[in-house]
Amino acid sequence: MASDNATDLKDEISELAPFDPTKKKKKKKPVAQDHVEEVEKLVETTENLSVEDAGESVFSGMKKKKKKQVELDIEENEEGDAGEDNDDGKLGEDEQGEGIIFGGEQLPWEGTDRDYKYEELLDRVFNTLRENNPLLAGDRRRTVMRPPQVLREGTKKTVFANFMDSCKTMHRQPEHVMTFLLAEMGTTGSLDGQQRLVVKGRFAPKNFEGILKRYINEYVICNGCKSADTILSKENRLFFLRCEQCGSSRSVAPIKAGFVARVGRRKAGV
Amino acid sequence: MSDLDTQIPSTFDPFAEASADNAGAVSKEYVHIRVQQRNGRKSLTTVQGLKKEYSKTKILKDLKKEFCCNGTVVEDPELGQVIQLQGDQRKNVSTFLVQAGILKKEQIKIHGF
Ligand SMILES: [Zn+2]
Repeated sequence: MASDNATDLKDEISELAPFDPTKKKKKKKPVAQDHVEEVEKLVETTENLSVEDAGESVFSGMKKKKKKQVELDIEENEEGDAGEDNDDGKLGEDEQGEGIIFGGEQLPWEGTDRDYKYEELLDRVFNTLRENNPLLAGDRRRTVMRPPQVLREGTKKTVFANFMDSCKTMHRQPEHVMTFLLAEMGTTGSLDGQQRLVVKGRFAPKNFEGILKRYINEYVICNGCKSADTILSKENRLFFLRCEQCGSSRSVAPIKAGFVARVGRRKAGV
Repeated sequence: MSDLDTQIPSTFDPFAEASADNAGAVSKEYVHIRVQQRNGRKSLTTVQGLKKEYSKTKILKDLKKEFCCNGTVVEDPELGQVIQLQGDQRKNVSTFLVQAGILKKEQIKIHGF
């Protein structure tokens, strides 16, 4: 039964398109387009076949098998191609994959015969996780600090306008942050009426940002889990940083201004 | 292994401060390189915490020659001798000290912006 069909079909196909014999020749030339056309032709032929068959209601039982057989033939051909010439194979596959199966979200490896890559599989897992259970997806809520807004006051002073804001996001005492900033910049400064930090000297926002980053690394971030959810406390003259997330604790160095060279007028003092 | 050995004492030594205060010695673990702004665009670099064994004046001489800048050695009652250089020479100084074999990179702490 099946073999009968196959022979029938082969005859029909060979009438419509000289598929097998020419192909081998053509492959030597770089004519992917031709091949696609061929495949299309073949698809057309199969469609034609099925339409024709549909007309003859008598063979409705056989018709389905026939069609399947044709498709199988195509696939076999494609596989053969893929073995020999990858590009051709892919084109054919794409052509097949287009209208037939996929409606929804397509995975990168779907419709191709290659294996998925690790990254792609990982993406898939996280996409699913995000859809179904966003909390577990590991999108750690990162504390985002607003970049320092820095103004110039006169020519010799710089104002760190959102200083209090930064302290609040870091959950640190303004005095502590200020001491560190001033010690690192080797200058003096104070809070003004609007709780802005005014420092002597000219500094760019980048400067403040760099120092704040170092402050965060030393006095905010937990070494164990990198969480910023920490508490800085003073216990008998020593500062300890305790992590609220993992409970680890470490001591941190006290802020020391160190040596400050005397700049400015010489006559004043010493 | 040797890395570990050098790092353990440098993490934090609760007695470092006290002993430094008492003896008037330099805090042992780090050499601090800082920058300070002066008037206008001018700035100056300070190197604090070099060991007593090293002659600051000799180092200063080489630094001055190397970076083409002026400088001086300041005597600080608590921190010992401190090298001052004109301009922001932090990078220069740290590479110089490492290349001269006076310090390891882990012993240098660069401050400032
Ligand atoms: Zn932690």
